[in-house]
Amino acid sequence: MEGLWDFLRSLHDAYGINLVHFYDSFERGRLLRGMWTTLKLAAICIILSVLIGIVGAWLQGSRFKVLKAVVQGYIQFFRNTPPLVQMYFFYFALGPLMPRVVSDYGISQPMLGSFEWAVISLSFFAGAFNIEIFRSGVEAVQKSTVEAADSLGFNRWQIYRFVVLPLAVRVCLPALNNNLVNLIKTTTQAYAIAVPETLFVASQIWSDRINVLEMMVTLLTFYLLLVGLFVWMMSRVERGLRVPGFGQ
Amino acid sequence: MRVIGTVQMPQASATRSAHGESGYMASAFTPRALAIVLGAFACLLMAGEAWAQLKSGGERLGIVATLWKWTPLVLFGPPREFGGFVLNIVVSFLAMAIGTVSGVTLGLGLISTATPVRKASWAITQFFRNSPWLVLLFFVMLLTPFQIQIAGITIPLPSWLKATVGLALPIMANIAEIVRGAVNSIPTAQWESAESLAFTRTQTLWRIILPQCVKRMIPPWMNWYAILTMATPLISIVGVNDAMTLTQDALASEQRTDLLMPLYGLLLLFFFVYCYPIARWTIYLERKYAVRI
Repeated sequence: MEGLWDFLRSLHDAYGINLVHFYDSFERGRLLRGMWTTLKLAAICIILSVLIGIVGAWLQGSRFKVLKAVVQGYIQFFRNTPPLVQMYFFYFALGPLMPRVVSDYGISQPMLGSFEWAVISLSFFAGAFNIEIFRSGVEAVQKSTVEAADSLGFNRWQIYRFVVLPLAVRVCLPALNNNLVNLIKTTTQAYAIAVPETLFVASQIWSDRINVLEMMVTLLTFYLLLVGLFVWMMSRVERGLRVPGFGQ
Repeated sequence: MRVIGTVQMPQASATRSAHGESGYMASAFTPRALAIVLGAFACLLMAGEAWAQLKSGGERLGIVATLWKWTPLVLFGPPREFGGFVLNIVVSFLAMAIGTVSGVTLGLGLISTATPVRKASWAITQFFRNSPWLVLLFFVMLLTPFQIQIAGITIPLPSWLKATVGLALPIMANIAEIVRGAVNSIPTAQWESAESLAFTRTQTLWRIILPQCVKRMIPPWMNWYAILTMATPLISIVGVNDAMTLTQDALASEQRTDLLMPLYGLLLLFFFVYCYPIARWTIYLERKYAVRI
């Protein structure tokens, strides 16, 4: 590793290519922590938004009209307003309403920090899309299948959990992947409420070390790799869950 | 495996609003949902107003009056300046125009018969589709000059114009994908019959294939317009005087915590009132132009 860092340092001295965020251990640590935060943020939001999608799609099949209207209102509102403004609304407007707690250092601080608010707002944002996606899958499951399960004595939740959902997930996986990729890209907006994720850390480094171009290229490469990795992973899942007899 | 055999694969669609909704009406636009949201906002506002009046004893300007005071600024920007929600809309129009023109060009590159052109177009498309919008925005904002000199004439590049270009890049890549998808959705028989009638490839593309594509490209295109409009507040992060920035300025000058929710809520409402009808209209057009097999 040391040899590589020395090489990058010599690049700076000889050609002015400033890759300080790799060879300087302090900047490298900052950047790696930022990337770790992005990964954490993305992973938690993916899990929560998928859960919102599953539960929401189930609620949409409910008999209670009010419940359905509430879910529909949630979907329409979150799909038709900017995610950035949603994030500001959560962090700046709802944040101060939360009770404050005293930290280990004796400082009074809000119960939920910027990371937690980013998780909440991004999950709700992506969750609204996921509900629609899961519902499209649920609707693709034929009625006769549900009736067959019903006649075998499954209750409503069991039908959803054991019959409808496994089929629906397979049908809507491509659309779900699309939305989750979008979610990963949207995590960069957490920059706006100062969550120390990759973009935020990168902007700190490029202001401190004046290496905007090099940092930008690193940043874009990181996100392309992240999205590429996720797409590859999900295509493996998709292939593993493939329903025989459909497609090529 | 008879159970599995009955699953119907839904038509793949690029449209955000294509999932489900089949149980909903086919009219172009329902004012009902808008009325519900506006009513809910008004009710919450009234409740907040009553509560605030009770707390402050009525000595401060009421919430509704304060919102009314700031609405012109957030909508139209400071006097004699270009800004506010109007700027968001102008930026969205311009970015969509730039993105559409360059996207169609790139999309034609994606279906080119020349391998280098096709590969290069593919790489460009993938790059701009998979990069986060905000990162691309920073890229354009920080790495383009604030003015350019052509033949001794200095042309200033205002930051809102640069931001527009930054937003147009991901739109370009996605429009390119729409074009490719639409061209691929035209039956091969059309190409073959055109060829048998001695049309050249260019003639076939421009006179037979693309005119048919326009109709089926409109819904996803409108969908991307809505997504773009909802991405315009991002330009506030890179220092453009848009509705988001001005809302924060208004909040900073008022220094009142009871205004946080109403003012941010008002901004959300502006976008909802603008984007929701577009979403409904998109669903309507999509159903109208749906290809039936």
